[in-house]
Amino acid sequence: MRELEAVYTVWLREMIRYYRAKERILASLAMPIFWLFIFGSGIRAPVFGGQVDYTSFIAPGVIVMALMFTSMHSGISVIWDRELGFMKEMLVAPVSRISIVIGKSLGGATTALIQGTIIFLLIFGIQNLYSEYFSGVRINISTFLIVLPLMVLISLGIVGIGISIASLLDTLEGFGLIMNFIVMPMFFLSGALFPINNLPEWIRVVTYIDPITYAVESLRFIMIGFSSINFVLSFSVIFVFTFSTILIANYLFNRRS
Amino acid sequence: MGIIEVRNLTKVFNNEIRAVDGINLKIKKGEIFGFLGPNGAGKTTTINMLCTLMKPTSGGAIVCNYDIIKHSLEVRKCIGLVFQDASLDDRLTARENLELHSRLYGVQKSERRKRIDEVLELVELSARADSIVRTFSGGMQRRLEIARGLIHYPKVLFLDEPTLGLDPQTRKHVWDYILKLKKEYKITIMMTTHYMEEADELCDRVAIIDHGKIIALDTPKKLKDNLGGDTIILDIPDDDVEKARKVFKKAKIFDSQVLLSVKNAGREIKKVLEKAKKNKIYVIEANIRKPTLNDVFLHLTGREIREGAASLRDELKRRRGMRGH
Repeated sequence: MRELEAVYTVWLREMIRYYRAKERILASLAMPIFWLFIFGSGIRAPVFGGQVDYTSFIAPGVIVMALMFTSMHSGISVIWDRELGFMKEMLVAPVSRISIVIGKSLGGATTALIQGTIIFLLIFGIQNLYSEYFSGVRINISTFLIVLPLMVLISLGIVGIGISIASLLDTLEGFGLIMNFIVMPMFFLSGALFPINNLPEWIRVVTYIDPITYAVESLRFIMIGFSSINFVLSFSVIFVFTFSTILIANYLFNRRS
Repeated sequence: MGIIEVRNLTKVFNNEIRAVDGINLKIKKGEIFGFLGPNGAGKTTTINMLCTLMKPTSGGAIVCNYDIIKHSLEVRKCIGLVFQDASLDDRLTARENLELHSRLYGVQKSERRKRIDEVLELVELSARADSIVRTFSGGMQRRLEIARGLIHYPKVLFLDEPTLGLDPQTRKHVWDYILKLKKEYKITIMMTTHYMEEADELCDRVAIIDHGKIIALDTPKKLKDNLGGDTIILDIPDDDVEKARKVFKKAKIFDSQVLLSVKNAGREIKKVLEKAKKNKIYVIEANIRKPTLNDVFLHLTGREIREGAASLRDELKRRRGMRGH
């Protein structure tokens, strides 16, 4: 009970902070929206043998992008907490470290989920207004209900990466570097923006190592009904990925403090 | 049995730096115990170990009857801690900060509001309860942190440099709270400081720590009495230093200052000045000083407690400057 209360407390704090920083909500929505509209409208080539238009094709990828940016933020927040001293307040409290990591992770995942949902609803709205956009996206309650837990799983996995990296780093500056050299390539290699079947063999190998690929593919299967990778496979990979990053995050966080 | 018992507590960093070097202590219930020493003496490291934030290299301690290594969770339940540097969430309001803390410490929901209001009142922040902490001054944040450390009614409160970086007025204010805590809550307080006046004013007993070792431990009064009275300080020209060494054989001479320990400075200063005049030592300035804990430290180590103050002369100048305002 005590530990649950602690998880809830750490989560609650993340929520209050998220609510207070409204500009953050906007900032992390801006990027995916630019991609959807500017990039999506610019390249309107049909994909999957002409069965799906490009905006529909990148819609799941852009949701993953939103999840990535928001989830990585919770990694940054671990460093912030450390620099601002609040981390010590949590560490000296009579609760276990695991509860702190879980609370932080759930907080990060919840914010990511909110951002992802906003984009999902945005796509839905646009589809209703302009039928030439996102025509291939199957949007209804049942899709949403499957997308939701998928988004939670993906966010938790990325939060795990964020917290792990934050536990290894000392400064925020270092985090920027990681964002540019790890997170961005992970996104670009994931097949979020182009079908992986089109890629040359050697890049495709890297693509298959990138866990984000499976996140995008599983979402894509649910949202538009097509994917390059079998859904059961991509879902299983995501599941294992999330489970292991959270474990690693917990280990590294504990070792650090 | 003491509420805190420390046995041979040692912390070695990187296999060579002995930050805390075999400390032994027994702190009684309800006492304000001061840990006095220069920066880097090992005060914060000791506190961190007692609060279970850091594992000792060897030795150990009992806090509230619990072993700090084996029962760290139990120890954490019964202590409150005010850190040396800020540890509030500055995007939250004062009340939210206290709320989070009471949840983390498992304060019952029905109790929370009452206790939050109570501690806010104690540190006179009730009016600002719902303001974002970011808008608080340094002194207000410190007070809020003290309030936070009390919400779960700890048996022992650790204060790590509670008045560091505060202006003299606010510092006095914080002192008042600390004394109030002792009186009203009968809480045991262990505080670190490198302000001698602070230790002198507040603490029942003081341990002076240097290079990770306790070099003296007693009440402030006894520590000062051991020095044997007042000090007469003569500022002399550099050229006369050699002469002074011969004339005032018992004196300590730092730079161009002669320090004489006497029983009663007021009575004996005339004699000292005459002696100087007779021996053609020019006295630029003569000062009398009642002993402070700083003198105790100086006496024990031959150094000033404050690294910043290069010499006694600087320290005196600083004090004169302050008095003038």
